[in-house]
Amino acid sequence: MGLDFSIVPKYMDVILLGCAWTIGITVAAALLSFFGGIVFAVIALYGPWLLRQPFRLFAWLFMGTPLLLQLFLIYFGLVQIGIDLPAFVAGIIGLGLHFAVYNSELIQTAILAVDKGQMEAARTLGLSRGEALRKVVIPQAVRAVLPPIGNNMIALLKDSALVSVIGVSELTLSAQRVIGKTYRPFEFYLLAAACYYVINLGMEWVQRRIERRISISR
Amino acid sequence: MTDTSDFVRIEHAQKSFGKLEVLKDISLTVERGQIVAIIGPSGSGKSTLLRAINDLDALTGGEIWLDGVQVNKTLPHRQYEKHINEMRQQIGMVFQHFNLFPHLTVRENVTMAPMLLKDLSKAEANKLAEEQLDHVGMLERIEYYPSQLSGGQKQRVAIARALAMKPKLMLFDEATSALDPELVDEVNQVMKKLAEDHMTMIIVTHEMDFAAAVCDRVLFMDQGVVVEEGPPEVVFKNPVKDRTREFLRKHIEGAK
Ligand SMILES: Nc1ncnc2c1ncn2[C@@H]1O[C@H](COP(=O)(O)OP(=O)(O)OP(=O)(O)O)[C@@H](O)[C@H]1O
Ligand SMILES: [Mg+2]
Repeated sequence: MGLDFSIVPKYMDVILLGCAWTIGITVAAALLSFFGGIVFAVIALYGPWLLRQPFRLFAWLFMGTPLLLQLFLIYFGLVQIGIDLPAFVAGIIGLGLHFAVYNSELIQTAILAVDKGQMEAARTLGLSRGEALRKVVIPQAVRAVLPPIGNNMIALLKDSALVSVIGVSELTLSAQRVIGKTYRPFEFYLLAAACYYVINLGMEWVQRRIERRISISR
Repeated sequence: MTDTSDFVRIEHAQKSFGKLEVLKDISLTVERGQIVAIIGPSGSGKSTLLRAINDLDALTGGEIWLDGVQVNKTLPHRQYEKHINEMRQQIGMVFQHFNLFPHLTVRENVTMAPMLLKDLSKAEANKLAEEQLDHVGMLERIEYYPSQLSGGQKQRVAIARALAMKPKLMLFDEATSALDPELVDEVNQVMKKLAEDHMTMIIVTHEMDFAAAVCDRVLFMDQGVVVEEGPPEVVFKNPVKDRTREFLRKHIEGAK
């Protein structure tokens, strides 16, 4: 029994729907991880002690434990305390927070690397420290680490397959379901791989465009 | 205040970084519209004094007054922050390395603070920016980013950015030291123009000719004290103190 892709068109709609879920979850989680990363970085660097300490525990939880466990915790664990999230929402939150912590590490380093003359110039004009961070330091820090943040987003896309374990019919789970019916693992896993590849290319394209737009303002 | 004297008053300024005493009991007054140059060897505390005036480096002793208000007055933390931000709006500062905001255009560099702090509308802020940039001859570059400008152009934009806050006092910390020699003059011209507009200025500089040409008074600092102060004719031509003479001799030799 060799490779036979003639069966593929019949199930293409299932696969495409899976792609749509993967893209949706990835984009939502990427946005959460980006803005969450900025907020976390500010808390870690400038937050009051009362916020900083719990955050360190939180950051450890998200960096030091498997993403899979985190998804279980958010989806199955939170139900116990009355927070019953739809699976895809739990998936977005889990992925988003997980990568927010990684982005926050990058952004923290970048904030500290912004020339201190920038903060001084802003303060000299009369901006408060918060205003100077928001208007001057953070925008520059974020620009400086966009390429590695982009890499994190590609990793996020790949890890989005993990939300299949809490039952979100994204691309990987869709492929599995089709395989369950057709017994054609090779064809459909290859197809799924191709889909991930195309989504990946799309993300890289967006990333390049953003980087090109901001390159002049560095 | 109707009194024009003592527009800026520095009383017994003292500053230590740990054990290092950088400013030792410096007192100085500047009248409204006056231009004071501060000269002195590297490490003598010129920048520290300038940065103390707008509290970028807080003094460890002494008082700074501007137009009848104490800049570094003792207040609870939150109130002090509010107070100092208001004071800083009245004190423009220009740095050796320009410190333009690289992620913003020239226009945005100038409009950001007025829009944020003075609640100007976008249209009002744009008009203000265009005026200020025209004044420093940078209007044509208003949509450029700092990375697309020469050093002299950057410094002129930095001056416009400071002027857009309508400061009562301008501080210059070696505004031309980082520039290629052929770009120094365009910045000096702008500073001369400010002098003609009767802006009160304190200028730290290594350019003795420029100081002699535009300043009303020159201060020679060494090792955290004001060694000599007076009109440029006196300080440059007939200094009283040996240390001043020594410094000027070395400096002029060094410049040759
Ligand atoms: N943040 C700081 N921490 C510790 N020491 C400092 C700090 N800032 C300045 N100093 C020290 O204070 C002294 C005076 O420095 P300052 O920058 O005021 O000198 P300056 O007269 O401006 O010199 P230059 O002509 O080189 O700019 C120097 O010995 C310097 O090393
Ligand atoms: Mg200095």
